[in-house]
Parts: sequence; C-alpha cells; structure tokens
Amino acid sequence: MPLETAPAPTPATVTRTEVRERAARNRRLRVLGARAGVLVAFLGLWEICARQKIIDPFNFSQPSRIWDQIWQWTTHGTAQGSLGEQIGYTLYEALTGWVLGVVGGVLLGIALGRIRFLADVFGPYIKVLNAIPRIVLAPIFLIWFGLGPASKVASAVVLVFFPVFFNAFQGAREVDRNLVANARILGAGNRKVTLQVVIPAATSWIFTSLHVSFGFALIGAIVGEYIGATKGLGLMVAAAQGTFNAAGVYAAMTILAVVALLTEGLLTFAEKRLFRWKPADSGDGR
Amino acid sequence: MNLPGAAPAIELTGATKRFRTPSGTLHTAVRDLDLTVAPSEFVAVVGPTGCGKSTTLTLVSGLEEPTEGEVRVYGEHVAGINPNVGFVFQQDAVFPWRTVLSNVTAGPRFRGVPAAEAREKARDWLARVGLAAFEDRYPHQLSGGMRKRVALAQTFVNDPRILLMDEPFSALDVQTRALMSDQLLDLWAGTGSSVVFVTHDLDEAIALADRVVVMTAGPATVKEIFTVDLPRPRTVEAVRLEPRFVELYREIWASLGEEVRITRERGAGHAA
Ligand SMILES: Nc1ncnc2c1ncn2[C@@H]1O[C@H](COP(=O)(O)OP(=O)(O)O)[C@@H](O)[C@H]1O
Ligand SMILES: [Mg+2]
Repeated sequence: MPLETAPAPTPATVTRTEVRERAARNRRLRVLGARAGVLVAFLGLWEICARQKIIDPFNFSQPSRIWDQIWQWTTHGTAQGSLGEQIGYTLYEALTGWVLGVVGGVLLGIALGRIRFLADVFGPYIKVLNAIPRIVLAPIFLIWFGLGPASKVASAVVLVFFPVFFNAFQGAREVDRNLVANARILGAGNRKVTLQVVIPAATSWIFTSLHVSFGFALIGAIVGEYIGATKGLGLMVAAAQGTFNAAGVYAAMTILAVVALLTEGLLTFAEKRLFRWKPADSGDGR
Repeated sequence: MNLPGAAPAIELTGATKRFRTPSGTLHTAVRDLDLTVAPSEFVAVVGPTGCGKSTTLTLVSGLEEPTEGEVRVYGEHVAGINPNVGFVFQQDAVFPWRTVLSNVTAGPRFRGVPAAEAREKARDWLARVGLAAFEDRYPHQLSGGMRKRVALAQTFVNDPRILLMDEPFSALDVQTRALMSDQLLDLWAGTGSSVVFVTHDLDEAIALADRVVVMTAGPATVKEIFTVDLPRPRTVEAVRLEPRFVELYREIWASLGEEVRITRERGAGHAA
C-alpha cells in the first residue's frame, strides 16, 4: 500500500475513474433504497391488512401496536423491571454460555484433533451426545440449576459446544501438512506446533462456527428463560403470550433480532482485525 | 570428493521406504537406495515424476523413517528431525499468518534464541535475499518469487549444515527461476553446507550441481551419477552456453529420458 503513489492523473483517467465510482455509488444507493422499500411495503401491507381486518389483529398484531409496545417498555419498563435490565440479563446468560461453550469446544476440538488416542477414545461418546436434540435438555437444566441464570447458561453451553468443537476438530485435522513439516524442521516441538501452527491455522475454521454459535447461545438463553425464569427477554415472550398479548411477543422478538444483529456486527469487526494476514476476499478490481 | 576418514555429510545405504496405501496394499516409493554426499557438496537429483525423490529427502530430514536400510547424517544415525538440516519445500510452506520478518525469526525462536537476537539474524538474511523493505508484509502480499526468498531466508537463518531442497523453484516463471538459482549459489557459497537439490529441470541441475544423480522410474533407486566438471563461480545464464554444458546435458538426458519414458508408458496402464 505505501508503495502505491498514483501516477499523475491525465484528464481521461480522472473522468473514467470518476464515472466508474459514481456508477458504483449509484448502484449501492439503489440497493439500499430497494431494501428500505421492501421493508416499508411489508410493514405497510401488514398494517393495512390488520386495520381492514383482513387478518385478525388479535393474533397477528400490527406494526403500530408492536411499536407502541416497544415504546411503552422503553419508557415505563416491563412487568419484570426495566427493558435494559431484561436485555442485559439475556445477553449476560448468552455471553457466559457462549464463552464457556467456545472455550470448551476449542480446547477439546484441538486436543482431539491433535491427539489420535483421545480422538479414538472419545469420538463415539461425542457422536452419541451430539445425536441428542439438545434443546430438550433445557427443562432438565431448569430442574438441576433452578430459575436463575445458571440453567440458561447451561442450555447455551450445550448448544454452542458442539458446532465449535466439530469445527475446531476439523480445523486441527486439516492443517496443511507442509506447514507442520516446515515448523518441525525449523525446530518446533509438539507443543509449539500445536500453539503456533495448528491453532492459528484452525482459527478460520473456528471463527466460522463462532458466528453461528452466538445465535445458538441466544437461543439457549431465550428458551431457558421461556421455560422458567425471573428475568430476561424469553420471560417477556412467555409473559406476553400468557396474557394473549401478541404485540408483546412480536416486540420481544424484534428486540432480540436487533440484539443478535448488533453482536454479529461486533464479531465480524473482531474477525477483520484478527485476520489481517488473509487476502481480502472481495478483491476490488485488481 | 570424499576425504578418507571424514564422515560424509549424508549417507544412505540400502534405504527402502514403503507406504501403506488407503486400500491397504504396500507401495514402495524408494528401493534399496545408496547415495553419499560429501561435506559442502552440491548434489542435484533428477528423475521422473512420482519416482520417489521427495520421499528420499524426507528420509534424510528425519520427517520419515526408512522401512529398511540406514540413513546417516555426519556419521550419526538419523532418528527424528536433525537440527542441522534445513528443508525448502516444493509447495509454499511459509506461515501465512506471520509477517515476513516473523516467518524468518520462527526458526531461531523455535530453537530458543532470544527475540532480539533472532530478529537481528532474520533482518540480516532478509537483506541478503533482498527483502529488507518487505519485513512487515504478509505472505499473501508478496509474489511467488518473493515468497520463495522468504522460505530461503527462513531456512538459511538456522545455519543448516545440510540443505534439502525439493523442486524449490518449480512454481516460478523461467526468468525468476534463473535469478533465484544465481541467488541460491551466492547464498550457498558462504555457508559450506551440503545441498541436495531435487528438480525436474535438467538445465537447473547441471548449472547448480557438482554431481547430478539420475533416479530410476519408481520405486526410486540411483541409476547413474554424473560429475559436473564446470568451473565455479557459475552464473546460470552463462554456464548454459558452454560446450561442456551441452555435452553433459546430452549424456544425462540420454539416461534420464529412458526412465521418463518407462514412467510414461506405465502411466498409460494405471494412474501415475
Ligand atoms: N505419505 C505417503 N503415503 C502413500 N504414498 C506416498 C506417500 N508419499 C509419497 N507416496 C507415493 O510414493 C511415490 C513417490 O512419491 P514422491 O517421493 O513424492 O515422488 P517425487 O517427489 O519423485 O515426484 C508416489 O507414487 C507417491 O504417490
Ligand atoms: Mg516431489
């Protein structure tokens, strides 16, 4: 990058790049505009259908009521306390479960990927555990760990662990054999090969699973809260459902989606920082 | 070549390597191979594709163990990786997540050299391969030739007494390859290390080596050894024009061509 000084611009090249840049900008604006249009059309149609009683607003609610509900929660708080507190609770449970699940998954995945003996011994057990539909464990965790955050964290952990584990395992298995051979020739022992070759090489595999698995952590926390809790977004869904407040259910879902999107954005940002060594996959016309 | 009494740098005696294939049968890659390389000697190895040249290098490096026979480096039985051995691989093997400088410091750091000292040595070698200005780049930001130079610096920084090179320049274009060969001769001249250089390019083999070993069609064993009596220092482009070079080329090709033909005919029967 530092070596690239632009050559003295001739009028022809300036206009041509300018034209191209303008075209690209226009295209981006058109895409954004169309996207917003789709959203407005969808919400408008929903609102109109509900008002004209084409769909039953009691069951399907309507955007204006959902917005009122969100506004009311924001300004007056929910039945369980302020809205921020509910979001904080759910995020806390999801994040704790996610971190525990990721750390466990990565450590075990790398260990089993590197040590053949462990893989042979534990392989079948992990397959069996993975075959259990893990969401049904949530009620069991509620019995074991009670109504507090611990049971939600446990649900999140079991959902997060497996995808991360399998990706870390695969990543450790598929490390370029040349890189390992090179490191060994250069003088690396087993420990250094694991820490300085296998783990960096497996990070792109692991990161792929981190995106998906944060969604899983949120699901684990929400389902846990939905089944039984004293605080959290999942409880708000359950409470709204209990009072036949469809707008409340949708409002909680909307808040959840926003939270999930924001955390996803943060993760993408962290990934970009971490993978500076990778060629950018969106090569801009080189 | 070989001083009486002094141990040869590399000695393979009756080395055989068999691999178990996925279908469970045994595949012999190298068979009953005898080869001796003297200290500070440059040996080039040529042979048909898939005959077992790379396998021979992995035996010398200690990455693989021979099924039968004996491999010695400076008189010592090879068991595991020998710290005196450097290996430049055919495929890119620089670490993509490390910068150029960090790639070159990797070897000394793995061997417990303090960071500052490792960096100093690495900078020295980067300057010698002409990459001083690129130490902060990542490998994907370099050309193929530059990445190979990083690999050379990464290997030379460990001061190997034995240098194994597996078709190191085969992925490069012809001009870059000639430049790299000259650079390699320069770097090697100062070190006094022994080199085993595998290549499929006969020009490159004759231009670089003291001796050229021709391998048979797989399973590989030594077919014939030619001594290259061209004076040093050499430059690849100049030496290529000497009458003796052409003569050697013709002789060696006569020997190698036959093995290549055998391999090709076999390949027609079952996948090579
Ligand atoms: N790890 C391995 N497992 C099974 N077969 C192998 C292995 N490595 C090499 N071979 C086989 O041994 C033969 C020689 O391979 P190689 O030494 O790479 O040849 P060359 O380097 O001369 O092209 C080939 O037929 C190859 O398929
Ligand atoms: Mg090879």
